[in-house]
Amino acid sequence: MKKPTFGPWLAVILGAAYFLIPLIATVEFSMRMKRGEYSFEAYRVVLGDPRFQESLAYSVVLALVTIVIGVLLVVPTAYWVQLRLPKLRPVVEFVTLLPLVIPAIVIVFGYLRMYNSQSWLPLTDSRRGTDLLLAFGYVTLALPYLYRSIDTGLRAIDVRTLTEAAESLGAGPMTILFRVIFPNIRSAILSGAFLTFAIVIGEFTFAALLDRPAFGPYLQLVGANRAYEPAALAIIAFVVTWACMGLIQVFGAARGAASKT
Amino acid sequence: MSFIDIRGLKKSFGATTVVHDFDLSVERGEFISFLGPSGCGKTTILRMIAGFESVTAGSIAIAGKEISRLPPAGRDVGMVFQAYALFPNMTVAQNIAFGLRVAKKSAAEIRTRVAEMLDLIKLPALGDRYPYQLSGGQQQRVALARAIAVKPQVLLLDEPLSALDAKIRVSLREEIRSLQKELGITTIFVTHDQEEALSMSDRIVVLADGRTEQIGSPFEVYNWPRTRFVASFVGTLNLLAAEVIDADAGTLRIDGLSVATVGPIRGRVAGDRVTVALRPEAVTLGPAGGDRADLPGTVEEVSFLGAVVRIRVRLGEQTVSIDGFNQPKVALPAKGDDAVLRFAREDLLVLEGDG
Amino acid sequence: MTPGERRLSLDTSAAPPSRPSLPALPWAWIGVTPFFVFAALFLVLPTALLVVGAFQTADGEFTLANLRDLTHPSIVAAYWISIQISAASAIGGAVIGAFLAYAAVGGGLPAWIRPTLMTFSGVASNFAGVPLAFAFLATLGRTGLVTWALANWFGVNLYATGFNLLSFFGLTLTYLYFQIPLMVLILTPALDGLRKEWREASQILGASTFQYWRWIGLPVLWPSLLGATLLLFANAFGAVATAYALTGSSLNIVTILLYAQIRGDVLHNQNLGYALALGMILITGFSNVAYIWLRGRAERWSR
Repeated sequence: MKKPTFGPWLAVILGAAYFLIPLIATVEFSMRMKRGEYSFEAYRVVLGDPRFQESLAYSVVLALVTIVIGVLLVVPTAYWVQLRLPKLRPVVEFVTLLPLVIPAIVIVFGYLRMYNSQSWLPLTDSRRGTDLLLAFGYVTLALPYLYRSIDTGLRAIDVRTLTEAAESLGAGPMTILFRVIFPNIRSAILSGAFLTFAIVIGEFTFAALLDRPAFGPYLQLVGANRAYEPAALAIIAFVVTWACMGLIQVFGAARGAASKT
Repeated sequence: MSFIDIRGLKKSFGATTVVHDFDLSVERGEFISFLGPSGCGKTTILRMIAGFESVTAGSIAIAGKEISRLPPAGRDVGMVFQAYALFPNMTVAQNIAFGLRVAKKSAAEIRTRVAEMLDLIKLPALGDRYPYQLSGGQQQRVALARAIAVKPQVLLLDEPLSALDAKIRVSLREEIRSLQKELGITTIFVTHDQEEALSMSDRIVVLADGRTEQIGSPFEVYNWPRTRFVASFVGTLNLLAAEVIDADAGTLRIDGLSVATVGPIRGRVAGDRVTVALRPEAVTLGPAGGDRADLPGTVEEVSFLGAVVRIRVRLGEQTVSIDGFNQPKVALPAKGDDAVLRFAREDLLVLEGDG
Repeated sequence: MTPGERRLSLDTSAAPPSRPSLPALPWAWIGVTPFFVFAALFLVLPTALLVVGAFQTADGEFTLANLRDLTHPSIVAAYWISIQISAASAIGGAVIGAFLAYAAVGGGLPAWIRPTLMTFSGVASNFAGVPLAFAFLATLGRTGLVTWALANWFGVNLYATGFNLLSFFGLTLTYLYFQIPLMVLILTPALDGLRKEWREASQILGASTFQYWRWIGLPVLWPSLLGATLLLFANAFGAVATAYALTGSSLNIVTILLYAQIRGDVLHNQNLGYALALGMILITGFSNVAYIWLRGRAERWSR
């Protein structure tokens, strides 16, 4: 009754080829900068570019701010919905899924209309204000992933019992949230955080249209003007994505192991 | 030749063998249970009969036809799975009709047969429901109807009751048994629940570690277990270590006390260490004497279980549990009381294997 | 949104557990207020403002002229090519991704294939945007490695065959790079939901593999397949960065048109820009409504 595995193997091999060939081609291309030999010249140029360092640093800081805001927004909400307002769950879930339906470019277009210099809350008037708006925008983009990850984490622990146990020991709501709930869903939060990081770090549309010096617009600018550096940047971006996903796997595995004991 | 003939059946996964040289003959219309703990190979044997696991060695014949290399559909067997496995996207009627539809029966024939089956499982009004709208017991009855709608020669039941509530489990096992008798369909039933096996089967195959421990009627398996495993798995036997004093006379020594069983003890010589079994309900407490064997001890624990009172008595190193009916007029012994265990000599069973 | 406000809102809502007889609702609602305020300010209201703007003239008067202007051939063409690329990459990604996921879940391959595929899918589905465009330029651009290999090893001049990476086909091929793994990620749990016993029950009742898929496998999977394909569609439809980095503004898709409009009012009518955005919302919104409706029909048999 053995199944023939020719078809599945073919599918996996083709899939792997489709995944790997562009990467190989990009690596190869990125090393062609010096004529007649392979070198890491493109990487040297890119890494030495002050605008690379500045834009990457900007995006990293922005990603961290996004994660902090996002976690502080989503964890209490998901916790509260599970504990006190389970009937509200479909509504909250619907809202968190909206960013998958409304294109990002439409959302940022809305921001430009709602928060422009003539509006009631002219966030785009100042640089700090725009940075904040960008972070809020990224929280919005990350909402579907962050919410799902944290909600799953909360479902895996018994929120009600933990809360009641903590209450019976005299803990207040803040203590419960930060000393009991957060530590118990740490790996879920971290998974969501790394995914958010991966989304934010190379994001283009929001940053470009809000005119902030983030990594995504920088990538685009280099791509429009240079030949080999973009390939090197693509590989760097790929490594960053890989690192985020790898860390998610690590923490996901830790969670799996912890739940088994 | 028997209706189902299994000879030298073996199953290995790589280096580990999970079924060793399994032999079984089943008569037409018989209800056979495979009883054993999880991992004993009972489900693997069933799945080899169904055709979901390949056979490493040996043969399976149904009605004289070798089937062990055929695909599942070519074997003319029906199967009911542990967790119902009803097709969720089909109504009850569509589920029951599935095998008939695949066999390209006419619409009229399918309709008649489905109605017949719905009556048989006593759910005539539920044909248009979806599986999720049914209780577990109802779903399992539908699964049964789906399996027998195509009139298979053999019905295979893979722990069909283990996902159900205790009450439904009891009523459904009676229902399955009476249905099986009514249809006269040869059935193999896999379970880890000794009560199910004892109450439903014509014969029970007790399995452990991929080997047959004992095959016999429920009465035989319960009253005369042949091995220590069967004795401990079927019922709650007292197992005691003993030493043979005289094999021909049937005398043994248990914790320094000598006791007689119905001799001779075959294949043993004086000094052999053996295991003996004693059913809790075969023992009473009372004064020594008469034709019954007796062993003195001390009452260690008295548990009141309602209809039954369980008393544990210590004999030197070992303890024996005794089950007696609750008789309000008779005072219960107290912990620390001296007591004498009394039992008929033939109730003391010397088991096969080392003690 | 400051921590202080949050503390306040949580403190006031802490009473109910110790006094269960009190109607808990009004207090309980305060716990989710920050979330809904945030969603209103940064998701719902900005979008709603665009919708309103689509029905206004520059002076704020009600008009349907903007919607009428959406039927301008160049705008219709932009929508149409966007829909085509999104649909092609969604359907292609869904079909290929489904086969790949099935190969890993039920294909009888070695056990290490599945976690490896899932990890790589996680990476690839997030490897979108500008870097992806660079990677495909390095692969299938005029000087790309595959273009070069085809010419030197197989004597095929890719660009002489009419292929162009900066075209409908090229962009679809590029999008598939994140669409396929996204499908694998979404569909794998659904495939796990197909119980082995259904397959076995159908087998023992005589059904062929085709009959199993036709009557059980696909009907059960249908809602997930549909939902995933739709998500892939929306994913491609809203994509800007990949297309912009790849083609500049040479390819007339609606997101790039809108991007240009936001940057420089190329339509010379701010409110027509809002109408353009409204059109995008309507298309993704409509496909979602269609999905919910289809799923409702397909899932009659489940809770």
